[in-house]
Amino acid sequence: MNILDVKHLTKEFGKFTAVNDISFSIPQGVCFGLLGPNGAGKTTTIEIIEGIIPATSGDIRFNGTPITRDFNQHAGIQFQQTSLPDYLSTVEILSLFRSFYTNPLSENELIALCDLGEFTNTYATRLSGGQRQRLLLALALINDPSIIFLDEPTTGLDPQSRRRFWQLINRVKEQGKTVLLTTHYMEEASFLCDELIIMDHGQIIAQGTPDRLLLDHFDSSYISLNYSSGITREIINSSSIDPESVTWLEEKCLIFSAHIHDTIRTLIDLNVQLNDIQIQHASLEDLFLKLTGHSLRE
Amino acid sequence: MKSFIALLVARNKEFYRDKGSLAWAVLFPVMAIIGCTLVFSSEQNTLFSVGVLNDASTEQAPLLQQPFIKPIGYTTTDKALQRVKQHQLHAFVDVAKNTVWVNVQSSQGSVIKQLSAAHMPSFSVKETTGKAIRYIDWVLPGILGMNIMFGALFGVGYVIVRYRKNGVLKRLNATPVTAMQFLSAQIVSRLLIILTANTAIFIAAIVLLDLTMIGSYVSLFIVSVLGGFALVSIGLIISSRTDSEELAGGLLNLLTWPMMFLSGVWFSLDAAPTWLQALTDVFPLTHLINASRDIMLNGATLIDVTYECTVLGVMSIVFLAIGAYLFRWNH
Repeated sequence: MNILDVKHLTKEFGKFTAVNDISFSIPQGVCFGLLGPNGAGKTTTIEIIEGIIPATSGDIRFNGTPITRDFNQHAGIQFQQTSLPDYLSTVEILSLFRSFYTNPLSENELIALCDLGEFTNTYATRLSGGQRQRLLLALALINDPSIIFLDEPTTGLDPQSRRRFWQLINRVKEQGKTVLLTTHYMEEASFLCDELIIMDHGQIIAQGTPDRLLLDHFDSSYISLNYSSGITREIINSSSIDPESVTWLEEKCLIFSAHIHDTIRTLIDLNVQLNDIQIQHASLEDLFLKLTGHSLRE
Repeated sequence: MKSFIALLVARNKEFYRDKGSLAWAVLFPVMAIIGCTLVFSSEQNTLFSVGVLNDASTEQAPLLQQPFIKPIGYTTTDKALQRVKQHQLHAFVDVAKNTVWVNVQSSQGSVIKQLSAAHMPSFSVKETTGKAIRYIDWVLPGILGMNIMFGALFGVGYVIVRYRKNGVLKRLNATPVTAMQFLSAQIVSRLLIILTANTAIFIAAIVLLDLTMIGSYVSLFIVSVLGGFALVSIGLIISSRTDSEELAGGLLNLLTWPMMFLSGVWFSLDAAPTWLQALTDVFPLTHLINASRDIMLNGATLIDVTYECTVLGVMSIVFLAIGAYLFRWNH
């Protein structure tokens, strides 16, 4: 059963097409990722689904029926950038937002769920970046929604706050809620997402589970060797290693191989020093690079 | 209703915790009053202001032709006489009845009596009495009105534009809150703030300055609410679409400055050209100040100021409807 179905969604701003005929479905209870660089159309897509901006064309269904104004009683929303009322404390903001819904969670439940205990009486303006995001997550959860939209929730956070936020999202997932998350951090997507689509220039360029996507696009791992190991083009050319499978970078070379064991044996036979050898599997970052030809944070 | 109350309480908390705007709301009118008291305490008039009915033929009253006399037109005898009683006019010439009214309690009363006898011997002189209205008594309704205007326009206008700019409105739009709940909470919160501040200033003026207050407090309160409502609604229109504080600030200044000078806050418009008086009728502040001044200085009742109250009521409804219609959560 899909909680959300998006079909042929298009959004044009004048002559600029921000979202170009995309379709996807989100099964109940998964964490679904929308990945892509800035300007890929992620935020536009998520805000159309949330009902904040109208679509140019396309069909969106929540539990099989078209979305109505009533949707915001069932959805939890965290925008990319939201300011909170300046002179209200955490607990006052919670109680303000609770008043908008018919069956809100209690303040104490929200404080426990999102680890807000240490700053319940602090004004919004004095919260740290991580605390703010946790409070905004609590606001998204206030109506006990079945689906939660998180638009780049950890952008700008330090690594520690980011990890802490991920734990909260996992906690939310354990409650059986569906999460739709946009991010441009590949690490975040691989840590949190059960399924994802990769977007670029308003279109979906890949879709699937993180593992499946990597398997489909990369049949090999790669060996990374510094030049201090003595590796040269001549050595490779004289060996059984296919020169086409080697990428020569400034400080190191990468040897892609579906048979790592055999390749390492060949390198040993060639007397290459393997003390600083690194063997890596392709990441979502590599996948993105391969699919788009440009880096994710460009 | 639950959402409305929560929004109202939240907005009030935000206001009184923001020490800057709180200080401004109280300090500004206090400074204006102190300034007026100091600047105008030794006011000297070299001219004699003499009232005359608009439709009277001034040729028959030679006094009015004299270079040291400044004739000021009035529509009714009552209004002109009231000004004489309060020492705001030196005399009133009733041409049709060949009568000159002077206030014998005024220091210039006897001078104007002699001038009248010299220039218009055929006119009989009638005497009236009345305590002088000090400038501070006269200007305070204006300052209170001006305070309502600034509080209403900038308070509501700026706050909504800032909310839109920093995304608070966008976040609220993603909740089931309706625009009507949000806007009415803003309006009521702002009215409460304005009326509280004005009440404090009013009480202080009564206690410290022995302010003249002849009419009913309830009438004054009702007129203040109506005026505040009309002005807040204009603030809603200004802030209905933009997310630029600069644009909103410019528009608000464009509205408040003409009102501050042309609505009779600082000086009476009795002597202004008719076209200017007609123009100032479009400002809600003019009606607010006229009505409250009439209540405070002349003891007018709500029935006496029906015209002003009606205009303010109609303006409130029209501006509110336009503001609510134009309102957008997002830019």
